[in-house]
Amino acid sequence: MIRLDGVSYAYPDAVRPVLENVSLDIGRGAIAGILGASGAGKTTLAKIMAGFIPAVDGGELSGTVSVDGQGMGDLPLAEAVSRVGLVIQNPFNQISGARYTVREEIAFGLENFGVARPEMQGRVDEVAELLNLGPLLDRSPYELSGGQQQLVAIASMIVLRTPVLVMDEPTSQLDPAGTRMVFDVLSTLRGTGITVVIFEHKLELLHQHADALYVLADRSIVAAGDPTDILADARLAEWHIGSTRYTRAARAAQDRGLLAGLQHLPVSLEQAVAVFADDGGAR
Amino acid sequence: MTGMPLRFEEVHYRYPAGVEAIRGVSLAIEPGERVAIVGQNGAGKTTLVRHLNGILKPTVGAVHVGDWLTADHDIAELAARVGYVFQNPDEQLFARSVQADVEFGPRNLGVAPEETTRRAEQALATVGLVEQRNAHPHHLSLSERKRVALAGVLAMHTPIVVLDEPTTGQDAAGIDMVGTVLDTLAADGRTVIVITHDMDFCAEHFRRVVVMTNGQIQADGDTRTIFGLEEALAEAAVEPPQLVRLSQRLGWEYSPLNTEEFVEYCARRRSERIG
Repeated sequence: MIRLDGVSYAYPDAVRPVLENVSLDIGRGAIAGILGASGAGKTTLAKIMAGFIPAVDGGELSGTVSVDGQGMGDLPLAEAVSRVGLVIQNPFNQISGARYTVREEIAFGLENFGVARPEMQGRVDEVAELLNLGPLLDRSPYELSGGQQQLVAIASMIVLRTPVLVMDEPTSQLDPAGTRMVFDVLSTLRGTGITVVIFEHKLELLHQHADALYVLADRSIVAAGDPTDILADARLAEWHIGSTRYTRAARAAQDRGLLAGLQHLPVSLEQAVAVFADDGGAR
Repeated sequence: MTGMPLRFEEVHYRYPAGVEAIRGVSLAIEPGERVAIVGQNGAGKTTLVRHLNGILKPTVGAVHVGDWLTADHDIAELAARVGYVFQNPDEQLFARSVQADVEFGPRNLGVAPEETTRRAEQALATVGLVEQRNAHPHHLSLSERKRVALAGVLAMHTPIVVLDEPTTGQDAAGIDMVGTVLDTLAADGRTVIVITHDMDFCAEHFRRVVVMTNGQIQADGDTRTIFGLEEALAEAAVEPPQLVRLSQRLGWEYSPLNTEEFVEYCARRRSERIG
């Protein structure tokens, strides 16, 4: 559904590229998680996928980005944003500043797309229910807590029903309940054929929800595959991504001579329960 | 540098729009304590700590910072006692270079120029941003801007440091760095208060946890006890750290707070079983 072939990019006046030869291919209706240390180029990659680079930031982009076979580089930005929705990292900057209520804020993109008012209201109500924002619809976006603003930012993109949704750390301000809700909503959207690309540090949730994980390091994609395999990869430490506490505990236990003969490191709670129930756990 | 005690006395706070965000909070924190405040979005965590640097004054009740009543002091005065790192760095950063931003705080407190520069350099080294010192803060990534904001507060050498969500947007190395900064501040005897949703981080770096729900304190105690309170945490929508959840699933009556404790307990159970 969204495909990058040999994408390299340098910001204007930059001495060296941020990304070099990035290729990936994410199928329709998949949730793809992208991991990477700070400074690995995640936000840049998100903007490239959404067509904001080079249209807004300028710079030198080579290679191709396509959505459903259509090259993004051939589309004007107004057309590109109807194909890929981007939830940016800092929700405080996503709020338009042009609207007085949460309801108007969520509807803002639909207005720009020229969606008729009755349909617009129906779609806003629907997404508000999905994300539990009903009680906030008449409040000012600026009176909300950081987490609430982040949900509004997510709602304002989901409501557009773009075939691809790119989310740059969309749950950074949310509590665990809010984070779970967002991931559950993403799973629901996936069921309707929407493709989700999520840049996220929350490894346990990625394991539960993502179909595939990609690792961005050294300016390129250095690993890709099944979430369990990626999260158990010993190189994650080198890439400054870390691992779940379950994996860390199992490694430390191995170092102590426990868990002899363990074949696969656990990356999730369920896997850890299975591993430790046999050694040191409940009997 | 020594810390300073803090005390909230039956504090209520109502926003001008009418929402009562804090509904009767009493809380005493000793000098040099390290306290994590946790709870759902909208529970009142940020509203509560904004009383410490005087951005907010209680509608009812009183807040004491050392021997000062916050009602009698303005933000500029309180800044000498309470360093506050905002959740959103863009509320805090405004200078044209990273170095200038970090120097602003100490300079504003009347610290001599050479000392200001020395402190800024030290703080930038602590957060790993020495190379970016001449960059414009708005050319940095969000995680870097958060570290600039943290450095700015560290350079002020305040007896009390308040951090609102310091680990969000940080990678594994960044979270370790924040943890090290907290450990250093605590070793220095300073009072540290952190709001966080990252329970694994919380378990590994804090000895006391305050759980807030609905503008009130629902639980307050030592970290291990608090994370063992399954029902109270569920009510506050707080999920225990990964290793605590694992120990509960394994039927342990012990809540390990870090990898070392977990493995130690594993090894003990094993030797008891064999012995």
